[in-house]
Amino acid sequence: MNAPVNLEDHEALAFSLPLDKIDPSRPELFRDDTVHPYFRRLRRDAPVHYTAESEYGPFWSVTKYKDIMTVEVNHKAFSSSSQFGGITIRDRAKELELPMFIAMDPPKHDIQRQAVQPIVAPGNLAKMEGIIRERVCTILDGLPRGEEFNWVDKVSIELTVQMLATLFDFPQEDRRLLSHWSDCATALPMPGGLIENEEQREAKFREMAAYFINLWNQRVNAEPAPDLISMMAHAPATRNMPPREFMGNLVLLIVGGNDTTRNSISGGVWFFSQNPGEYAKLKANPALVDSAVPEIIRYQTPLSHMRRTAVADFELNGQKIREGDKVIMWYLSGNRDEEAIEEPERFIIDRARPRQHLSFGFGIHRCVGNRLAEMQLKILWEEILKRDLKIEVLGPPQRVMSPFVHGITHLPVKLAA
Amino acid sequence: MPKVTYIEHNGTEHAVEVPVGLSVMRGAVDNNVPGIDADCGGECACATCHVFVDPAWEARTGTPSEQEASMLSFAATKQDNSRLSCQIEMTAALDGLVVRMPEAQH
Repeated sequence: MNAPVNLEDHEALAFSLPLDKIDPSRPELFRDDTVHPYFRRLRRDAPVHYTAESEYGPFWSVTKYKDIMTVEVNHKAFSSSSQFGGITIRDRAKELELPMFIAMDPPKHDIQRQAVQPIVAPGNLAKMEGIIRERVCTILDGLPRGEEFNWVDKVSIELTVQMLATLFDFPQEDRRLLSHWSDCATALPMPGGLIENEEQREAKFREMAAYFINLWNQRVNAEPAPDLISMMAHAPATRNMPPREFMGNLVLLIVGGNDTTRNSISGGVWFFSQNPGEYAKLKANPALVDSAVPEIIRYQTPLSHMRRTAVADFELNGQKIREGDKVIMWYLSGNRDEEAIEEPERFIIDRARPRQHLSFGFGIHRCVGNRLAEMQLKILWEEILKRDLKIEVLGPPQRVMSPFVHGITHLPVKLAA
Repeated sequence: MPKVTYIEHNGTEHAVEVPVGLSVMRGAVDNNVPGIDADCGGECACATCHVFVDPAWEARTGTPSEQEASMLSFAATKQDNSRLSCQIEMTAALDGLVVRMPEAQH
């Protein structure tokens, strides 16, 4: 069960604690949705802030939009490499290092990314649109009426795993393995949790790799096809990956295509339920779906942060970051930065520049699948509007206990009978 | 004021006056020319203001910086005359510049 939540207490605490006692990485702050006051305090009083002690060791928090952008574009000073700890706040033991192209620096990052990115090129996206719409229609038309169900399971997960199975040309009947492995990859180990320790996580990764090796062996001996496995099996940059790197890139593509879109789908339903005026606007003018989608992605911010490791000394907004320091770019905070976004605390679906948000990251590691994610959300909302589905949200979302995946595990809803 | 002609992927032309000192990206965005997204707002940190510079103008618009070249290397429809329009600053010498937009911005 969730601990008692009192946002006002957190508000008071966030603004009264000495700055050096503030640790915005505590997982329960994300589970309880109480982290925002701490970020507000840091943006106001210490935009580049050092936490000396935390569950994840010492780290810098970068909380303002423009400072995050500075870190993003200075990839020579701020490394993503898994050899320094990769892209999340939580370090992995050296022997568990998991190379994947998001956790590499140029030039290797560039050539591996280039091997898979044609999957989301404009021509390919156009081809996928029809398939996605068909599936959205099937999912929406099959939802129960007049009874409570979990939107996350029946819609958000279902739609994203079907899509991911298509991208990999992975057997659709086994598609829920993809969301299971994705959840295992990002779960915080805890007693009674999805995984209890790193050995269990490693066992899941081995299970995943064994499944995919079969697909790889089929594809490598066949003509190149437009799916992610075939593309990696045939591209010079990826066809001879060592086993650990194969595993790492699978994790990247599975988590990247899963968690993020899933949580924006769930978030959107919650935001519209809390902002009926915005939903009325959308209903009156369905063309607003184009700007509503990026606003949902900003407001949800499906990954709370990305991490870098300084590989050179760097002065950032007056603070001296030293070589070797862990640097956390809090997208969740930058997306609520009042100096970059007008009225950032509000969910407004007709913003003038809705795509100026940090959820996809910027610079060379910017999300490869961003336009595919937007397309899935757009089609979903278009079809919801077409059917005039009345989604009654029956209670607040249950959230993931993690400072990385900013996710929703349960959203109880009911559709009018 | 120098003029830029933006040609959408479908062939629609937009001739726009762009003040000296502003970027070619800003000229499009400020005048609601469709086809340039500019998600990062001009920081050379995405590739969604991608344009193809008309061959007659390539010498005058210069060559991409290292950062721009690496962002462009991730653009799906990159060609030899690809540039990020946020990195082309308007000057009097660019009066008459012609740029074309790709099928989509990624």
